[in-house]
Amino acid sequence: MANTKTANTAVHPSEAEGVVREPLVLNNRSLGWITDRICGIVENRQPFVWWVLFVPSVVLFGCLVFSLVYLVSTGVGVWGMNHPVAWGWDIVNFVFWIGIGHAGTLISAILFLTRQKWRTSVNRASEAMTLIAVMCAGLFPGFHVGRFWMVWFLAPIPNSNAIWQNFKSPLLWDVFAVSTYFTVSVIFWYIGLIPDLATLRDRGKGLAKKAYGFFALGWRGGNRQWRHYEMAYLILAAISTPLVLSVHSVVSFDFATSVIPGWHTTIFPPYFVAGAIFGGFAMVLTLMLPVRKLYGLEDLITAKHIDNMAKIILLTGTIVGYAYIMELFISYYAANKFEGDAFHMRILSGPYRWAYYCMFFCNVIAPQVFWFHWSRHNLWMVFLIVNIVNVGMWFERFVIIPTSLAQDFLPGQWGYYSASWVEKLMFAGSFGMFLMLFLLFIRFLPVIAVSEVKGVLPESDPHYHDWKRIREKRRGAKR
Amino acid sequence: MAEFSSATELYHAAEKVRDAGFRRWDVHTPYPVHGMDQAMGLGKSWLSAIVLMGGITGSSVALGLQFFTQVSLYPTVVQDKPTNFFTLPAFFPVTFELTILLSAFATVFGLLGILMLPRWNHPLFNSGLFSKFSNDGFLMVIESRDPKFKREKTKELLEEMGAGAIEEVNY
Repeated sequence: MANTKTANTAVHPSEAEGVVREPLVLNNRSLGWITDRICGIVENRQPFVWWVLFVPSVVLFGCLVFSLVYLVSTGVGVWGMNHPVAWGWDIVNFVFWIGIGHAGTLISAILFLTRQKWRTSVNRASEAMTLIAVMCAGLFPGFHVGRFWMVWFLAPIPNSNAIWQNFKSPLLWDVFAVSTYFTVSVIFWYIGLIPDLATLRDRGKGLAKKAYGFFALGWRGGNRQWRHYEMAYLILAAISTPLVLSVHSVVSFDFATSVIPGWHTTIFPPYFVAGAIFGGFAMVLTLMLPVRKLYGLEDLITAKHIDNMAKIILLTGTIVGYAYIMELFISYYAANKFEGDAFHMRILSGPYRWAYYCMFFCNVIAPQVFWFHWSRHNLWMVFLIVNIVNVGMWFERFVIIPTSLAQDFLPGQWGYYSASWVEKLMFAGSFGMFLMLFLLFIRFLPVIAVSEVKGVLPESDPHYHDWKRIREKRRGAKR
Repeated sequence: MAEFSSATELYHAAEKVRDAGFRRWDVHTPYPVHGMDQAMGLGKSWLSAIVLMGGITGSSVALGLQFFTQVSLYPTVVQDKPTNFFTLPAFFPVTFELTILLSAFATVFGLLGILMLPRWNHPLFNSGLFSKFSNDGFLMVIESRDPKFKREKTKELLEEMGAGAIEEVNY
């Protein structure tokens, strides 16, 4: 049906006159160019800037290790938390990092199901970002439990105490949600990597060839393989889509199912999910803008990609802003005294109101700049705004978590929580770990999904050359 | 093994080979070519059936685990909340997550099983031409085990369809 319709115009859809659709890969690059450019990043020496970033991030990672050793050997008392603020920076950081991960899965799964072809240029790096962010996230609750060596109690394993987990607890749901999320993300990422590992294998020599070849599992790119591969990819996208929405919903249940004023709201699941996608896209852009510049990937990650992501940030940022305002409205409209007081203190009279203003400015007001076309195409502007959003999303979790606890039901135990140096070092260290692992990813694996980008070129369409031939014939006939 | 210059050429060649009645042959491309399944006369992948089994296993394991441990082995009563059949909603999140987890495992292991991977050693890897598939080569491989295969005639067929380089690979 579609074939006959387009055959009448005798132009490939990508070249139809009057259809202004920017190409996904600029300058008519060939398949070979794409392979060379992306694999070249892995095969050549890294630029000096790579080392400039890598060395400090390793040092910061060392700080993380040090703070964890100090924490475990001394006890959780070295953190600044005390009753009633039992959830401080550690849980803030956990939610912050896990939220960042969500953009990767959104790009790889939801945009795949909705046939957004531009995702192919950014999905690999965002999925890697997801995995690394979830690793960073997992650290915090792991050490938050206090006795790290007892973490295995979270798993439903028969033990000598004959005690079983409370499956009605949202904290246990979280264990399942986050571990499933990590595992499925690893699987999705690895399945996507297999054809590209085969490319690196076929280009490599010596040890590199052996190593990539090992992980490529002997991929031969036959259509009898591709057809099952594509089905596997589709299924993984289909199951990751509800998964990613569920993970942050479950994270929000940790708060929403409790009775603390400021936490006990039904708006949390969609609000957290929108916030996660918002913050995640900001982090994707924070990483991809320098990578694109550094490795000359402007033809693959084009202005259009950045424009699209900025629009998603604008949309989700506005949803988040709506949630902030609706939360305030409901606390007034529901006429619950505790709820009302909690929000009054949050924005007007409480000791943490500075954090609320900071959050509101960073997440709601700053991204509104993206309504303007010029701002989405000025890379410095984009970089500035996404970094403001990164800060804002951390503050959002800070506003929700410790400030609700610091002023709870009993005024007698109200106080002001601030983090100790150990918590601060650990947070800085988690950034070191994030950056270090991401730089290693750039060094050893293809940052852009080679086989997927090839699949969105106009010439990859099996009828592309047919259209060309028909068009040339018609032109000849006219002359 | 024959090399073609573009996806279009390979696509039309595949249609001809399909119509000629070959069974043991394949095309090797740098990316999945859309419509190639029809051009080769292949049906829909049946991987989804395996995944369905995985998903059903996941949800039954999760429900079984939760009801068995919570109701019969060690009923946890927190804040006077009982555990019985009606606490099912509280068991949804874990059931959902395990369904997804086991579906994902079924997908990846099912895929590797169907494709018979990992297989690090294959006769095709001995060919110099073959490594082009992962860059920009569009290759067609017809196995000599195919009942329709006749050395000269098949070669002629490939040439007729416009194949560039033709190579014989020993296995």
